[in-house]
Amino acid sequence: MSKLHVTTTVNGDEVDFLCDPRETLLDCLRDKLNLTGAKEGCGTGDCGACSVTVDGRLVCSCLMLGAEAEGKTIETVEGIADGDVLHPLQQKFIEHAALQCGICTPGILVAAKSLLEKNPNPTEEETRYWLAGNLCRCTGYDKIIRAVMETAEELREAS
Amino acid sequence: MALDDRKTDFTFVGTRPNRPDGLDKVTGRAKFGADMSAPGMLHGAILRSPHAHARIVKIDTSKAEALKDVKAVVTRADFADVPFKPGLAGEFWNVLENVMAGEKALYDGHAVAAVAATSALAARDALKLIEVEYEVLPHVTDVDKAMAPDAPVIREGAADYSVPEGMHPNVVRYHESGHGDVDAGFAEADLVLEDSFVTEATHQGYIEPHACLGLLGNDGKGELWCTTQGHWIAQKTCAALLGIETSQLRVTASEIGGGFGGKTTVFIEPVALALSRKANRPVKLVMTRSEVFRATGPTASASMDIKIGMKNDGTITAACGEFRLQGGAFPGAPGDMTAMCAFAAYNLTNVKQIGYDVMANRPKQAAYRAPGAPMGAFAVESVIDEMCNKLGLDPIEVRLKNAAHEGTKASYGPRYERIGLVETLEAAKAHPHYSAPLKPGQGRGVSCGFWFNHGGETSVTLALSEDGSAQLMVGTPDIGGSRASMALMAAEVLGIPYENIRVTVADTATLGYNDVSHGSRVTYASGLATIKAARHAVEKLCERAAAKWDIPVEAVKWENGCAVPSGPNAGDFDPMPLADITAKMGRTGGPISGHFEATPEGAGVSFGTHIVDAEVDPETGKTTITRYTVIQDAGKAIHPTYVEGQFQGGAAQGIGWALNEEYIYGEDGRLQNSIFLDYRIPVASDLPMIDTVIVEVPNPGHPFGVRGVGETGIVPPLAAIANAVSNAAGVRMKQLPMSPPRILAALKDNG
Repeated sequence: MSKLHVTTTVNGDEVDFLCDPRETLLDCLRDKLNLTGAKEGCGTGDCGACSVTVDGRLVCSCLMLGAEAEGKTIETVEGIADGDVLHPLQQKFIEHAALQCGICTPGILVAAKSLLEKNPNPTEEETRYWLAGNLCRCTGYDKIIRAVMETAEELREAS
Repeated sequence: MALDDRKTDFTFVGTRPNRPDGLDKVTGRAKFGADMSAPGMLHGAILRSPHAHARIVKIDTSKAEALKDVKAVVTRADFADVPFKPGLAGEFWNVLENVMAGEKALYDGHAVAAVAATSALAARDALKLIEVEYEVLPHVTDVDKAMAPDAPVIREGAADYSVPEGMHPNVVRYHESGHGDVDAGFAEADLVLEDSFVTEATHQGYIEPHACLGLLGNDGKGELWCTTQGHWIAQKTCAALLGIETSQLRVTASEIGGGFGGKTTVFIEPVALALSRKANRPVKLVMTRSEVFRATGPTASASMDIKIGMKNDGTITAACGEFRLQGGAFPGAPGDMTAMCAFAAYNLTNVKQIGYDVMANRPKQAAYRAPGAPMGAFAVESVIDEMCNKLGLDPIEVRLKNAAHEGTKASYGPRYERIGLVETLEAAKAHPHYSAPLKPGQGRGVSCGFWFNHGGETSVTLALSEDGSAQLMVGTPDIGGSRASMALMAAEVLGIPYENIRVTVADTATLGYNDVSHGSRVTYASGLATIKAARHAVEKLCERAAAKWDIPVEAVKWENGCAVPSGPNAGDFDPMPLADITAKMGRTGGPISGHFEATPEGAGVSFGTHIVDAEVDPETGKTTITRYTVIQDAGKAIHPTYVEGQFQGGAAQGIGWALNEEYIYGEDGRLQNSIFLDYRIPVASDLPMIDTVIVEVPNPGHPFGVRGVGETGIVPPLAAIANAVSNAAGVRMKQLPMSPPRILAALKDNG
């Protein structure tokens, strides 16, 4: 089967790759572009470990084809920090021990960042429902929710 | 030199620094199992049985092998051809049989063949060309049906000496223990209650599927990268299954995306190595989520009968339990553990417990966080709760009245050393949660839980660098922040800052043998090993100072990161900091390192008490957990935030097990819910905040008093939630999960 040539922007860099029409965006990020931060936990859009944003919209990259990335702007966990300065969410996750094994963390950070960009002042319930598509098996979510809400508060105070 | 054996006054231990691997884990650069690749790498895929029980008549791989992208195909014949090490028997044989089916496919999802090809898509396409002829056999997936006289036999001769005569061949292990005279005990009781309980199998549900990258040559030398709780067991098992020498296979543990017991064995690793040997190229194998559910580690399902006798004042006079556990098509269901743990929280004069390990046509069960204990606690603590209701007694007071303490003869045999059960119950009683008012429709439940904890074989090396920093090599994969606790313990002994210690999970070629990260053993055993290795290095540091000062080494002690004279008679010398000694170590005797290689035996058993409030919607049968408090004895919390995390994680998994999670098999013996959409683990919007109270009753078997905390947290939730739900719904729930249809049915039956 012939491959498709895709040109897209990932974390600000223009990149291109060849992909099989059946390969997902997640496959392409991981296997073609060596961006292994997004994880495949299920391949069915249930766990959120592969979360990225495409043109600003939060998506499960396992549910999107690589070919559909043509001309899009994609942000992954690798693009969250600004050079050597961590995003406040990343810093807060470390300080709060909002991760144990860390496999869900890239997806949760991408999703949480997306939440705070849309809603700088989420309630606990809003935060829990926004992150309901991101499974974590280790933490029971307590420290994750606290880390997100505390980051939101600090970002509000700083702005 | 003087080194206190037991320490109670800490500088670093008990603080909450950032974990050393935090940056890697929040930036996406931490390498997990599927994140590694190699030059020339092939991709593997595994063909799995669609039948619950079938004889494999013939496998024709010729069409797949004819594809140009396919570089190797393996079946069981590729394992059987290798010159096995003598005595590939027992668990090694079981693992081989599970890794690749032999004469029969024993469960839906059992591996029957594998392919390595130039891409993952090509490998998956090639699987469709492998033709397998099956002769479908009768199957059984339910534990009670698997023990019935007419049940199909999974495998003749699998039972060991412990099984009484006359039992079905599917019963493969039998356990009986206890003490006293239960009949006499029941005769003394004012109330005797008997009931039966059922729990379904659940999956550990780690978010990272199994993944590995294997390379093996025909010279018998190999490399394996894999996500595992224990790379030495992976090394030992793969070497045995492939007929190579253990030491010739170097295994590196990736970062691990959750395990909870399910990554304590191998599944795809020997297959990747077999494919690699045949293709002479590295092979990467990554499971899909569906493969994880169908073919890896669920916990056992259980069917249980409990009988307890109680006096009107709440004193338990006798307790009996029979626990039947189904662990898939292989021996290993922890019927013995369930039996031994079930009554372990109580000081009983008369107790008897029986456990059965039963085979059925399901995947080979694997350990899951305190394996076997949660089911038994669910049954026993439910009966105790019901008796409290009948006698009008407070459930915590009744547990306090019967609680095990130091010196109690445990239900499973030994006498307890210092334990913290009473302290957790007292803390529960005093907690504001316990006296908070409930709203209409809500119920409150409490439960105790017990787990043994484990020591296990452990090696640690600590090497000092010339600038006074330290590198610590441990062999227990870091599942939940253990690098932080190791660095804290090393800092405590060495007296240098936490940040100056680099903790590495060493590969099998660079450190001696380590048991897997299981049994809540990491902070206990690797921690003890770290402390002893650091003390070993401190001894050498003191020797160098003594030589410099020209005084006996006994006249030097270690204080705040410096060698100092042990007293006024030892001489008048300025403290000599660690970095001053290491700066000159090359000229004063050579490198300074500390080691520990042994099997710590004093793990110290662990107890917890949980309080939970649940609200049941009578219209839909849906349960909402409105408040949850975990109280558990940690002995000594090295990094309290990560201890809280273990408590919260255990409770959350318990909530899933109690309310939603279950393996659902169809009449055809096939798993019906093999994706996360259908096997629903708790999501953020399902849960409340989970409050924690860390009780610290030091473990006499650890220099700093540590008890493992990882597993006990999943023991009380099933019962605590069942008690809360039963109290809210006004009907006793005896089957897990308490999913909405089951609750609606129970409400309907109750009128």
